[in-house]
Amino acid sequence: MSEPVKFHFDVEGDNFSSAGEASVNVKKLLRQLSMDPETIRRVSIAMYEGEINMVIHANGGTADVLLYPDRIRIILADTGPGIADVALAMQEGFSTAKDNVRALGFGAGMGLPNMKRYTDRMEIESEVGKGTTVTMDVFLPGKNA
Amino acid sequence: MKISTIVDLLDAQVLCGGDHLENEVHSACGSDMMSDVLAFVKDQAVLLTGLINLQVVRTAEMMDMRCIVFVRGKKPAEEVIAAADDAGIVVLATTERMYPACGKLYATGLVGGSVSAV
Repeated sequence: MSEPVKFHFDVEGDNFSSAGEASVNVKKLLRQLSMDPETIRRVSIAMYEGEINMVIHANGGTADVLLYPDRIRIILADTGPGIADVALAMQEGFSTAKDNVRALGFGAGMGLPNMKRYTDRMEIESEVGKGTTVTMDVFLPGKNA
Repeated sequence: MKISTIVDLLDAQVLCGGDHLENEVHSACGSDMMSDVLAFVKDQAVLLTGLINLQVVRTAEMMDMRCIVFVRGKKPAEEVIAAADDAGIVVLATTERMYPACGKLYATGLVGGSVSAV
C-alpha cells in the first residue's frame, strides 16, 4: 500500500458547539479532491458521529483521515474513560449519554451502530481508564476487495 | 416542490439562503433527534426540527440537505444561521408546530422519501 495522504485534526472536548468541525473540514477537502459524493457522505457522517462521541464521552481526542488509493481510513483516538463492554455499546439504543446531551439531539444510542453502518470496516480498541481508538475504512467505488 | 412553496405553506420567515428559494426539493423528514436523522434518513432534502443548536446545521450538512425549517417559533442564534448560510443551506422559521408543519408539506406533495436500511 503506497504512502497515504493524511489529514490530522484535534477535537476539542469542552465545547459541544465545535463538535463536528473536523468532519465539516474533511467533507470540504474531499469535495475539493472530487471524490465520489456517496463516499464523501459516508465518510463525513461516520466521522461526525465519532467526533460527537469523543466530545460527549471522552473530552475530545484526535481525528486522522488517511487517503489510500482504494479506501479512506478514519482513525479517532481519545484518552477518555474507555468502553467497558464494546458489544453492548454497539447495540442500537444503548447509551450512557447524559440528559443534557439528549436535549441537544444526541445520545440515542445510534452513534457506534451508525458508524458501522456507513463504513465498510470498523474496529474498536478500548481499555477502561485508558481510552478508545476507532478505526474505520470506507472503500472507494469498485475497490472493495 | 420549490423551497418558496414551503415558505408560503408554512408562512415561514427566511433566515438565510434567500437566493436558493427556487431550488426544487423532493422529500423531507421531521425530527428533534439528530442521532435518528443520521441513522435513518437517506436522501431527504428538508429537515423540520424544533432544535436550534449548531449541531442541527452540521447534521443537515453531513446529510447533504438543502433546507432546515425551525418549527414552533424557535429562532436560532446568529452563529447557527451563519453556519447554514456558509454551507449553502436555506433556513426557514415558522410558528407552526411540528405535526401540522409536516402535515401541510406532506399533503401538498413533499413526501417522506426512502430511509436507509436498519
